[in-house]
Amino acid sequence: MFAAENGLKGDPRLEAISRAIRVVPHFPKPGIMFQDITTLLLDHKAFKDTVEIFVDRYRDMDISVVAGVEARGFMFGPSIALAIGAKFVPLRKPRKLPGEVFSEEYVLEYGTDCLQMHVGAVQAGERAIVIDDLVATGGTLSAAIKLLERAGAEVVECGCVIGLPEVKGQRRLDGKPLYILVEPRDIDDCC
Amino acid sequence: MSAYKDEDPRVTRIKRSIRVVPDFPKPGIMFQDITTLLLDPQAFKDTVDMFVERYKDKNISVVAARAGEDRNPTLEFPITESLAGIEARGFIFGPPIALATGAKFVPLRKPKKLPGEVISEEYILEYGRDCLQMHVGAVKAGERALVVDDLIATGGTLCAAMNLLERVGAHVVECACVIELPDLKGRERLNGKPLYVLVESH
Repeated sequence: MFAAENGLKGDPRLEAISRAIRVVPHFPKPGIMFQDITTLLLDHKAFKDTVEIFVDRYRDMDISVVAGVEARGFMFGPSIALAIGAKFVPLRKPRKLPGEVFSEEYVLEYGTDCLQMHVGAVQAGERAIVIDDLVATGGTLSAAIKLLERAGAEVVECGCVIGLPEVKGQRRLDGKPLYILVEPRDIDDCC
Repeated sequence: MSAYKDEDPRVTRIKRSIRVVPDFPKPGIMFQDITTLLLDPQAFKDTVDMFVERYKDKNISVVAARAGEDRNPTLEFPITESLAGIEARGFIFGPPIALATGAKFVPLRKPKKLPGEVISEEYILEYGRDCLQMHVGAVKAGERALVVDDLIATGGTLCAAMNLLERVGAHVVECACVIELPDLKGRERLNGKPLYVLVESH
């Protein structure tokens, strides 16, 4: 669900966050309007507000694990984890994590990809959230959820800064609640 | 400059929370795995706090760091060295430090990851070359910057990061790393730029 429908309607922070995101047309390939969050990271107040909105939501939910998807999930996840006193667990592409890992393959438009998590990072029964910058089809988040569940964790929610139209109207992903701050912008909205 | 020399009590816990994985990514390398530090909320908080305490009154407006995919340990660590290798996770430490010090966070990435206009810095490693990119316009001339990384080994990538910032006219105040491998003498490769580390590993 979008934050605006869930208690933050009219919150000026959301508008500033949305405006701070830059749209880059035809990246990485023609036809894709890339939602570039690096400009959000350059706006200290908007970046801080982004983290705070997630922290305010999750701080009293007894979350002990924040899992972040490589690489842009790493820009938000650790700060959320630090603020709520949870551990941060990176979910990575193959061969980056040393030692024993769980692997979850998932389907892309053309081909497959794979996400990994360290064995032992998460204990059975822990309450976890997954953080990423953007959700489109939900394939990556689904793989993330499966990894955490294989370790016996309970995935409480998935939190993303941006939600693409594919997930509009969707309140859940694989049965897990989805919490999204903003919709993507069109190039015409950009200043 | 190293925190461990100042005998800050937090350093012991930080050092102990880092796991060493032998023979990763290849035989002979003792991989310094900081993911176990991230699993210890107190150690992770202390790590960030120590950097924030050092920099919060130094008028830093830019914290720059590299992404995990940028470093290729097989290029940076010669086969003969049985020293620690680590995958760069500057993305994990950089943003919390930026947020707490009021600075912006600027990611430095491998080619083709950053959309839009970028500047590139190619650099030589012991066996091969690599390339780091930064967005044009992310940093303005005269800004005071910090480069953060989880580990300094030979210093090649930190050097490339500093070059990117200096090319756009920023002033790199210091390089900050969680771990130093002093035997690789990376400190000497920083063109006299100060380096601050929390722990060292031989």
